Amino acid sequence: MSPYAFQDAPLHDREAPRPRLLARVHLDAPLLLGLLAVAAIGLVVLYSASLQDLESVIRQGTRLGLGFVVLIVLAQVPPTLLRTWTPALYAIGNLLLVAVLLVGDHSMGAQRWLDLGFVRFQPSEIMKIAVPLMLAWHFADKQLPPRVPHLLVGAVIAGVPFVLIAKQPDLGTGLVVFSAGLFALFLGGMSWKIIFGLIAAIAAVAPVFWEYGMREYQRQRVRTLFDPEADPLGAGYHIIQSKIAIGSGGLYGKGWLNGTQSHLEFLPESHTDFILGTFAEEFGLIGVCILLVLYFLIVARALRLAAGAGDTYGRIAGGTLALVFFFYAFVNTGMVSGILPVVGVPLPLVSYGGTSLVTIMAGFGILMSLHFHRRRVGH
Amino acid sequence: MSRPLRDTRAARKLFAGRALVAGVLVFLLFSVIAARLAWLQIVNHEHFATLSDQNRIRLVPVPPTRGQIFDRKGVLLAGNLASFHLEITPEQVGSHAQMEALLEQLKTLIELSDSEINRFRRLLRRSPRYNGVPLRFNLTEDEMARVAINQFRLPGVDIRNDLTRTYPLGTHMAHVVGYVGRIDEQELARLDPAEYSGSSHIGKIGVEKSYEDVLRGKVGYQQVETNAQGRVIRVLESTPPTAGRNVYLTIDSRVQRVAELALSEANFNGAIVAIDPRNGELIAMASNPSYDPNPFVNGIDAKSYKALNTSPDRPLYNRALRGMYPPGSTIKPFMGLAGLAYNAVDRYSSIFCGGYFQLPGQDHKFRDWRRGGHGRTDLDRAITESCDVYFYDLALELGIDRIGAFLGQFGFGKPTGIDLRNEKSGLLPSQDWKRRTYNQAWFPGDTVSVGIGQGYLLVTPLQLASATATLAMGGRRFQPRIVHALEDPALRRITELPAVALPSVAAPDRRIFEWVTAFMTHVVHSERGTAFRAVGKFSAYRIAGKTGTAQVFTVGQNERYDASRLKDELLDHALFMAFAPADAPRIAVAVIAENGGHGGSVAAPLAKKVMDAYLLPTNAAGAPAGASPPP
Repeated sequence: MSPYAFQDAPLHDREAPRPRLLARVHLDAPLLLGLLAVAAIGLVVLYSASLQDLESVIRQGTRLGLGFVVLIVLAQVPPTLLRTWTPALYAIGNLLLVAVLLVGDHSMGAQRWLDLGFVRFQPSEIMKIAVPLMLAWHFADKQLPPRVPHLLVGAVIAGVPFVLIAKQPDLGTGLVVFSAGLFALFLGGMSWKIIFGLIAAIAAVAPVFWEYGMREYQRQRVRTLFDPEADPLGAGYHIIQSKIAIGSGGLYGKGWLNGTQSHLEFLPESHTDFILGTFAEEFGLIGVCILLVLYFLIVARALRLAAGAGDTYGRIAGGTLALVFFFYAFVNTGMVSGILPVVGVPLPLVSYGGTSLVTIMAGFGILMSLHFHRRRVGH
Repeated sequence: MSRPLRDTRAARKLFAGRALVAGVLVFLLFSVIAARLAWLQIVNHEHFATLSDQNRIRLVPVPPTRGQIFDRKGVLLAGNLASFHLEITPEQVGSHAQMEALLEQLKTLIELSDSEINRFRRLLRRSPRYNGVPLRFNLTEDEMARVAINQFRLPGVDIRNDLTRTYPLGTHMAHVVGYVGRIDEQELARLDPAEYSGSSHIGKIGVEKSYEDVLRGKVGYQQVETNAQGRVIRVLESTPPTAGRNVYLTIDSRVQRVAELALSEANFNGAIVAIDPRNGELIAMASNPSYDPNPFVNGIDAKSYKALNTSPDRPLYNRALRGMYPPGSTIKPFMGLAGLAYNAVDRYSSIFCGGYFQLPGQDHKFRDWRRGGHGRTDLDRAITESCDVYFYDLALELGIDRIGAFLGQFGFGKPTGIDLRNEKSGLLPSQDWKRRTYNQAWFPGDTVSVGIGQGYLLVTPLQLASATATLAMGGRRFQPRIVHALEDPALRRITELPAVALPSVAAPDRRIFEWVTAFMTHVVHSERGTAFRAVGKFSAYRIAGKTGTAQVFTVGQNERYDASRLKDELLDHALFMAFAPADAPRIAVAVIAENGGHGGSVAAPLAKKVMDAYLLPTNAAGAPAGASPPP
């Protein structure tokens, strides 16, 4: 095996035989299987976490179905078209974010929704896709590794929506968008010197951000992380209860529908952000590890598909989308198990709720399109 | 590595390297999570398993008591009444069929209307199964007893006590105070769930909505011990909620009632707004017709709501804040000030009014309300008798740009910034506005109409009252306010909110306000004045005012306005703006009676009633003493 396992993009590079049925409709079977497996686990856990409310499960199943439809449709969109429209999508996304801040209903706390009359949605969701695409668009025709001015432009592309979203305030989504920027810079080939320099700089800036950049409730969340027992009735309650849920599950778990933490209402948000607690309680370490392995396989497969895309745009866009998915899974599992602050990021494809689910599926749809259309692009 | 990589092979290689590093990092980070989980689930399993077994401690949110709303004098407008409601916890009932059986059983014990059952089913669908869902509010003693006796065979049924929001004055003040209602799904998606945990209601409109953050308070928590089924056995520890602050309005409910009755007894849809010109505090803000806010608290039934919503009188519509009307002749004092401020006229310059006005070279006649005209007319006479031709001429002389700039200083065309939501901004037309809206140029004829408060110009009753107050103060402006003070219920400490001064109206000579005020007193107290017969004759104090009669219906060029031939909704709006006492103003009032007819005879007496109630000493019965018109 060559050390660059990804270098020889495997699927149709050589004198490929007739592409398989799925490949002809630009879909990747292993990735689809992985997503379906996680989605299935999600529905099973949801049935228990929602206290056997079949209606919730059906609703979530419908959303998943919709998500897969979005994936399949987007996989058919040729990347050239996608690339042409990328700046427009990015610009519209930013305009909508500004609109949310302006039209916002300020006494109600966070304002994240835009009401268009017939449909309500969170413009920040668009940015989870638009920022990776825009960064890829930006780096696509530059020399790689990118020079410093190009890196700075890249930072602005990710920074503007981050600030707009963080102002709503929705730190969780803001971080997802910001991380997309970092991933794109990394995949674009930013030099290691700069990477380590940035890490050092962040370590230096963090205390300033703590003092001036964060809202009090966000600081509270971080403080609670390091000492949940200090606020057992308030913010620490989530973490204490979710640790009990996970820990009491042991190696094999208490069995499906037998979790007490979630069923007796000790575990808050047991079917949304903290659904991993329910899962770990009922299915134990073995169950959670299977889930983690599935997540890893999905990310690895997605990276590999990205590496096989036809051009720089496709590679960076696809790779960033893959890593954003990882970011979701990592931040959520980290916060529920108590090693990351509670920032309100759902467990991808498992947490109950529709908006981020559709965005994630859309991302994978685009990824498949970038990979499977490459031959025509190349010729 | 810094060598430029243009060729695809090298670029691909670079990416593949980075992707590989990313893949390894992903693997390592997931391994960290797996290690953390192993630490919790294997190493510390015993510890957490014990905690889980003993986990009978649950955190229950305790909603705060909502702040009360009082009027200026401490009369209760919105309070909390202890009440009992019946709720059902679906988890303890079991299957769908069992729930249906239970509902049937309950129907034999207490009266349940279809709308109550429908509301219950609606709430049931969107709340988790372990939460109690309210079925019936405000149980009577008798009903409670019947349920209590049968409770052993009614699993999952509980009687809970809580506080229900009540509005003791009912329809009075409804438009100002507003109401709370159940949190709906749209709001649920927007709210901070931690702040609203345990709360089921939220301010929907009026002061209840605008001061939601003040009234709500801060949620508390109880640490409770439960049995294996999750039922509470005892309370271990609690962080008590912080009650919401009480709100004292600037409104005097006695004056408010007079204003509301003035409109409703005369059977007019319309609005009356009264402001203390010295600080911008609202004394009364009436909109007729009104509605009873109490049924909204726990969900009004669909039929009643539809009736309110589709009524042609639109009782849910706050005309004082959101109604936009042509100001008619009540704009004339402001136009007169504009003329004086820009030196377009002086105090004594006059024109000849022959009953109509024509633009040079045009046939169209802008008519005066008096067919024969007013003859030689100066500003005093033009305001006192409400001569139209004088103001047609003046408006044309000023031009729309200067009119807009001057009227804008009084707050026309912009929200006043009152501390109530959803205020309308009226319409102060401009050349630019017309081009944007109609894609048409501004014509001189448009300016002429604006001169007498017709055409595109629209004002809200609140704006007119606020502008009147500004005039009364010689151009000093205050932002209208509805809340006078906030009270911390625990400390019983009252914090008064300060008056908010706005930029004064710019005028080269302050005396122009005195002159126009003098002319406005002639409207009321001079025998030629348009409000003399209806108001001035009986007034115990000096009033400066201006009548207005705003056209709703355009009379044809060669026709005469004939009220008896018009449908009610096409009749003129009657308006009156005034302040009193004229030499030391303490109250400024704007009245709009929709389709009321003539401003002087119809709207002015309504304003007088409100000013009497506020200015004259009250006798024991609460009715103002002093002069009043003979029956």
